[in-house]
Amino acid sequence: MRNVLATILGFILPLIIIVLIQYYNVLEVDGIPVRASEIMDEELEVSVDHSMFEILNQDFKSGPEVTAVCLTCHNKRHEEIMQTSHWKWEREEELEGKGIVPLGKKNILNNFCIGTSSNEQTCTRCHIGYGWSDKTFNFSEPTNIDCLVCHDNSGTYKKKKGAAGHVDESVSLQYVAKNVGSPGRENCGVCHFWGGGGNNVKHGDLEKSMLDCSREVDVHMGIDGEDMSCVDCHITKNHEMQGKLYAISSENKDRMNCEECHTAAPHADDVLDDHILRVACQTCHIPIYAKVNSTKMIWDWSNAGELDEDGHAKHESDEDGNHKYMSIKGTFVWDDHVIPEYYWFNGIANHQLITDKIDTIPVQMNSLDGCYTDKGDCQKSGSPAKIWPIKVHRGKQPYDPVNNNLLQLKTYGEKGTGAFWSDFDFNASAQAGMDYLSLDYSGELDFVETEMYWPLNHQVSPKEQSLQCIDCHTRNGGRLASLNDFYLPGRDSNDYVEWGGILFIILAFLGSAVHASCRIVFRKNCKYNN
Amino acid sequence: MKRVYLYKGFERFWHWAQVVLVFTLMLTGFEIHGSFSVFGYKTAVGLHNTSAWMFMVLIVFSIFWHITTGEWVQYIPTSKNLKVQLQYYLGGIFENSPHPTGKRLLSKLNPLQRLTYFGLKIILIPLTVFSGLLYMFFHYPIKGFEIDSLEYVALSHTIGAYLMIAFVVIHLYLITTGHSIGSNLNAMITGWEDMDDDEVKDIVDDVVNGAEKIIKPAKHKKKVSKGGNIEVNKLVKEAVEKNLQ
Repeated sequence: MRNVLATILGFILPLIIIVLIQYYNVLEVDGIPVRASEIMDEELEVSVDHSMFEILNQDFKSGPEVTAVCLTCHNKRHEEIMQTSHWKWEREEELEGKGIVPLGKKNILNNFCIGTSSNEQTCTRCHIGYGWSDKTFNFSEPTNIDCLVCHDNSGTYKKKKGAAGHVDESVSLQYVAKNVGSPGRENCGVCHFWGGGGNNVKHGDLEKSMLDCSREVDVHMGIDGEDMSCVDCHITKNHEMQGKLYAISSENKDRMNCEECHTAAPHADDVLDDHILRVACQTCHIPIYAKVNSTKMIWDWSNAGELDEDGHAKHESDEDGNHKYMSIKGTFVWDDHVIPEYYWFNGIANHQLITDKIDTIPVQMNSLDGCYTDKGDCQKSGSPAKIWPIKVHRGKQPYDPVNNNLLQLKTYGEKGTGAFWSDFDFNASAQAGMDYLSLDYSGELDFVETEMYWPLNHQVSPKEQSLQCIDCHTRNGGRLASLNDFYLPGRDSNDYVEWGGILFIILAFLGSAVHASCRIVFRKNCKYNN
Repeated sequence: MKRVYLYKGFERFWHWAQVVLVFTLMLTGFEIHGSFSVFGYKTAVGLHNTSAWMFMVLIVFSIFWHITTGEWVQYIPTSKNLKVQLQYYLGGIFENSPHPTGKRLLSKLNPLQRLTYFGLKIILIPLTVFSGLLYMFFHYPIKGFEIDSLEYVALSHTIGAYLMIAFVVIHLYLITTGHSIGSNLNAMITGWEDMDDDEVKDIVDDVVNGAEKIIKPAKHKKKVSKGGNIEVNKLVKEAVEKNLQ
């Protein structure tokens, strides 16, 4: 009896313990982050009602007039604004091998509309200032600051198209000035959703549907959920906003981190929490992007400029209503519900400057640094490279095959100025663009493939929709199938070990089977048979 | 034929706990390896880690047990009778010859088994446990003690796993090579094994020797007691024989 008991214990006890420990592991803590809920509970109290200020009872004729009035009370704020990249469109940042370079929207190239230089008249509609139409813009004049584009709470403010950031005539500036406050998602969205000349052209994870979306689209901003606005996360101090985007940034600083609210161990599961060491939260929690409207995936300039029989610019749309071909810009491919591509990223990016020689094809407009063995210690990033979800925007754009560098096009302008959108002449456009920058253009123009990397941060899905283990830990077709500089359990194996192991097992089976057969066959005819 | 209590409670517990753990580890391990899907990946990882810890606790307990009971000597490899044992499996067994090496109390394993289990305990299990610990704690190249890649850790662990499966296959087959098809299995369940009378004689010797080891004449001679000088040897033999009747 005692023996039976011991045997049962030997079987059952380990099983029970395993099951108990498993159950304990599976228990999940309700994942509302402590710090986030504290932040959410702090309601901003509006301390003044701007509509009661006498000084705002004016018939403002222009934006700068309003700014002058703002600064009578909010004095010194302009000094803060003038330090920001929102104002300067550049930052002093160090690029590997290139030293410290003032870099930003002002001078960086992309593979969308290519660059702002010589096109400021239209591009600076998204600048927080008035009148930046060319190199002569005065960055130290306080009244050139546009307070309203960020602080308008009336929803009626609008900058005019092609007017270097000046206000549209339809706007009642008095009404807007009396309805100012903290920036809402409309204020940020007007530029950050519409950059590149249309909704969701650039980011893929920032677009107009997020003015009014469900938590399925963005778990933070969903109006049926947390209903957070941009500045709830992008905490701002003295007009300096936290968070940066590597299309135009380079250094690993001033970044936003999920951990700030969610802590570094939010899963109630050690194995999942360990992943945070080398996998960005975004990788699992942003399984797809462009969840509502399409985003631009490919921009091919090479066949731009084709006109119809009457000599007019063409506009063709695809079945979803997105631009497929435009004479002024070329051919586009759009996509929605896109699965990100995955790269190592340590927070440091490099950029292909217009003065840089082309040495890789496709040209890396902004190469993201990092690899599996980059664990951060003693390295320039200071923190380990993590696997990030990236929107890769692929392009084909003009370059100078003689000088072997990318080209700045003048796109916007009157007929006869060389502006491509009026003259449809690449050569003249490149000449005008490069002249504006005082750079040499050989007169030869060809097209080169380019890639631009956009790390994804928004459109975080509800946790039920985040990636599961086997989305990556799987033999074939996993999300990380092409990120091959490390051994990933469940995906990788060694052929020698696999085939050797299987052969060994087969031999063990065969050996046993042959031995058993011999015993059966020989014993039948055996004299000792008992 | 006699029945002999060969496997003590702890040995049986140890054995069957290993059965449960090894099978759990194999199933979950190969799911983590990407070979198939049974529990779901997350559950498999959890189960694998939990049973790995239980396995290591069991190892610690069994090492302790083997040292304190002196049973560790069973696993010291010997070349004595190695050839005879091999010949038996390759020939004699087909003619129903008797096993060439009888089981003794402190020699339950035949020379081939000794060699196999020694290899298992000195090479295979340490390889798998050590690589498993590295796998658990150093799966990213980031924590102080640096391994540049998980690859060699994972490959060692996988090799260990394949060898373990091969061992289990052969082990399961060899269960059937006892006195009867089921006698080995029965012995590992109940602790009692059927034995020929010849083998039992050896076991009785073991018991007698065991008794002589722990009972000796006193160093200081005192008065001879009533019963006179007892002979341990004789006494134990009588007791055993009485039991066998």
